[in-house]
Amino acid sequence: MRAGGTKTGLSYIDKNTPVHRLTGASKLLMVLFLSLSAMITFDTRLLAIIVVLSFILFVVSRVPLREMKMIAGFLVFILAMNTIITYLFAPEEGVRIYGTRTEIFHIIGRYYITQEQLFYQFNQTLKYLAILPLALIFFVTTEPSEFAASLNKIGVNYKIAYSVTLALRYIPTVMREYREISQAQQARGVDLSKNVKITTRVRGMVSIMFPLIITSIDRIDRIANAMELRSFGKNKTRTWYQSRPFKKVDYFVITLSALLIVAAIVMGIINGGRFLNPFV
Amino acid sequence: MQPIISFENFTFQYRAQKEPSLADINLSINQGEKVLIAGASGSGKSTLANCINGLIPFNHKGTASGSCKVNGVDTSKLSVFELSKIVGTVLQDTDGQFVGLTAGEDIAFSLENNCLPKEEMLPQVKTAACKTGIGDAFLDTSPFDLSGGQKQRVSMAGILVDDIQILLFDEPLASLDPSTGKNTIALIDKIRHDTSKTVIIIEHRLEDVLYRDVDRVVIMHDGRIVSDMPTAKLLSGSLLREHGLREPLYISAMRYAGIAPAEEHKLARIDQLTLSQGDKATIKNWYQNLPPAEAEQNQQELLRVSNLNFTYPSKDRTLQNISFTITRGEMTAIVGTNGAGKSTMAKLICGFEQLDSGKIELFGQDITEETIFNRAKHIGYVMQNPNQMICKPMIFDEVALGLVNQGIDEAEIKQRVEATLEICGLHPFRNWPVSALSYGQKKRVTIASVLVMNPEIIILDEPTAGQDYRHYTEIMEFLKALQAKGVTVLLITHDMHLMLEYAPRALVFSGGNLVADLPSATLLCDPVLSEKASLKETSLFHLAAECEIDDPAAFTRCFIEYERAKS
Amino acid sequence: MFAQTLSVKTIVAIGIGTALFFLLARFASIPVFANTTLTFQYALLAFFAVLFGPIAGLIIGLAGHILTDLHFGWGLWWSWIIVSGVVGFAFGVMMKGVNVDEGEFEKKSSIIRFIVCSAIIHVISWGVIAPVLDILIYSQPANRVFTQGLIASIGNIITTAVVGTILLFAYSKAKPKTGSLSKDR
Repeated sequence: MRAGGTKTGLSYIDKNTPVHRLTGASKLLMVLFLSLSAMITFDTRLLAIIVVLSFILFVVSRVPLREMKMIAGFLVFILAMNTIITYLFAPEEGVRIYGTRTEIFHIIGRYYITQEQLFYQFNQTLKYLAILPLALIFFVTTEPSEFAASLNKIGVNYKIAYSVTLALRYIPTVMREYREISQAQQARGVDLSKNVKITTRVRGMVSIMFPLIITSIDRIDRIANAMELRSFGKNKTRTWYQSRPFKKVDYFVITLSALLIVAAIVMGIINGGRFLNPFV
Repeated sequence: MQPIISFENFTFQYRAQKEPSLADINLSINQGEKVLIAGASGSGKSTLANCINGLIPFNHKGTASGSCKVNGVDTSKLSVFELSKIVGTVLQDTDGQFVGLTAGEDIAFSLENNCLPKEEMLPQVKTAACKTGIGDAFLDTSPFDLSGGQKQRVSMAGILVDDIQILLFDEPLASLDPSTGKNTIALIDKIRHDTSKTVIIIEHRLEDVLYRDVDRVVIMHDGRIVSDMPTAKLLSGSLLREHGLREPLYISAMRYAGIAPAEEHKLARIDQLTLSQGDKATIKNWYQNLPPAEAEQNQQELLRVSNLNFTYPSKDRTLQNISFTITRGEMTAIVGTNGAGKSTMAKLICGFEQLDSGKIELFGQDITEETIFNRAKHIGYVMQNPNQMICKPMIFDEVALGLVNQGIDEAEIKQRVEATLEICGLHPFRNWPVSALSYGQKKRVTIASVLVMNPEIIILDEPTAGQDYRHYTEIMEFLKALQAKGVTVLLITHDMHLMLEYAPRALVFSGGNLVADLPSATLLCDPVLSEKASLKETSLFHLAAECEIDDPAAFTRCFIEYERAKS
Repeated sequence: MFAQTLSVKTIVAIGIGTALFFLLARFASIPVFANTTLTFQYALLAFFAVLFGPIAGLIIGLAGHILTDLHFGWGLWWSWIIVSGVVGFAFGVMMKGVNVDEGEFEKKSSIIRFIVCSAIIHVISWGVIAPVLDILIYSQPANRVFTQGLIASIGNIITTAVVGTILLFAYSKAKPKTGSLSKDR
């Protein structure tokens, strides 16, 4: 996203790759379908396929190494944290799910390492890997200008879709305003740091948020008037300057990702549940 | 011929108001006319604009009587959308009406809403962009990379993509610097000549609009139309002053010199002003008999900035090697193009940003490393929009905030707040909610909340933006009174009148450099430097040249002194 | 569809609300202790939902949370995104009929209602819906997600009930009411 001078985090990267050339709408459907199938299934093979698929998509989109490293860094951290916390809370969850208990060794107290727990946590990690980074593909390969048109194309009401454009458009504006207000309030002694009591910090925050909200409400009125004066909301539909027509490859991608949802359901039926159970 | 706009005995009252904002309006505007609607804040001129474009009665609720017809149809029978096919409105907030992520999208906005197929959009967008001088190269540019003037051109293009008949400008100069404003007025005139559309401009800066021909000026006061006549006729009378509007300076000068302005002087535009040899001599004579303007006495040094350098975090702009001093009790204007570094300079002084190198001294003490809050005890900063500062519902609490945060005891807070409210003329309101105040009063509250800390300097960002002449004078006279009490005032401004009348000295920033440090009158009589600072030369400069006065800056200073002594 | 009936003002409020939610979630936190910070986006979400209704609350919650996750760069945490939407929607539904613009939030009963709503909404959203989604999607152990949810709901109840109430009350006070303004105010 364009954030006027504060370009941190993940944003659109302008390249000409097959993924970039897909229309925003088909990419949106693709990541939604893939995410959905990754949510439904716990079948190790299917999850692995989705992980590999999204990795391929990242490579094909030519996401720069720096961004890839950043995403990978976060993922490793989150997955490590998650693995530890899950184990601390429920060391026998795997045993409960798979119904068998194959002890490997004993650590301390109620904490044992079992094959079932290892397999359960491996699957869970795979699941996170499949779901978390997927949607990023849409955002790094689609121009923000195309977001709203894409949402509208997949059936979201155009007014709601346009609110996304407005959010992206005014994020830098409200950020600048927040910075200015907080500077002026700091000059009057508002302190949000650890040097003061927590209640003082909260009060300080309120004295920044209040003017921010008041000016935002004024802004809402002005923007709404400007939009209505240019016919926004006149018709039941609208066209988009930034839309692109579907090509064969778009239909192909959508169908393929829809098929994965079917696969997730079918695998559930074959496995007799969401989990693939190698222990019985 | 049937007028394109006609009001008959029209009255309108907003729901939140006790009295009507428009009363008994009778006005008709013909196809192809160019009309200026002027008036002080609260005179009803913007309400009138909203009646023409349909925001009233559709978005702003209230009660109306009489009739308001556009193209012969009563507006209450049309929708905002139907009216927007006839009337295109350019609003004063150049940022608020730019709703697209790029210029091209924003221009296409209305076409999109009218469901035009994508293929047909692009050529129309290009044509419209061309008409307003935006050009193809800018179509993919985001609003953050466009200046206020460019954003306004995009907005105009966004209106011109539709085949409208009336162009309505609601305070088009309010958020622009004088030099850009001048270009806007020229562009409006060009569009009018190219397309022969009806043009209505709502503005209180009469002199700036009259840079190009206007057929008629309508003056509003207290919700009523008090005058509706051709420009030249209006300027020869005294109606402007009576209704809180600023008369063009060159006309005031003529009056002071004892010439009765008349239609044969071709008063409407300074470049067409026709003075007889006798008139010229009268003015020159008047000037030569005035006592020379006194030079300011240099006093104790207060603030010294030396060899300051600063680079923005985004690395795209810098301030280079800035040095200047401010003496105690001065009122100085900081001027320059948007992005030239003037706001940044103020932020550096207040400690909001950290300099890369250089030094800032206050009373000879290095304050470069001081915290924001510690500096704030000496340097007060007042933001442009009072709503950005006010965070307490009650006036007393708002003004007390800084002291409460300093941990001062209650009795002293009460005493200091009351004293400050007294100075600011807000004492009677001390127990009022802030919401009950006017914009100008809110501005005073924010000044009070800074003054209560007893700073030696206050820095004000665009103190008069969006103010009409009366409110503007009120604020500036108040600052002048503070100055008389020994407070040093720094003003970041685009307002030429403000500089001329109140700030004897100007610091001119351009492209991150301090390019000039000179008397304001000299700056505004220097067309080249003025242009560099996004200002324009004062009309007094032209008048002085016309009358063969060899020192226009001195003439300007004398004029200001005379006016001040007179009031 | 219901969305077609939303006013343009509500649409703009959704856009600006989303921008503000993102800003507060990402850039405006205050330190509490150790590595914990307090953020205020849910107080803002409640504010906008009360003013502009449940649909506005829903979309601001969803879109604001998606933008925040994106900006952190760790991918989308769908279960919590959905819950943010639910929170916004619930505030809009449960505070329906309180017309803040006409000063109705200055009544004691509205304030109490708001605080009670904050408690109910956050406990159900973070203490029940979020954990259940985490169990359904990730098959997380129940004791873990419920503990996590409870901690999250406590922080959010406090910020929403305290800051949300102050903001709504102050806003209501700052708003001119019908027929209350006379000239030159």
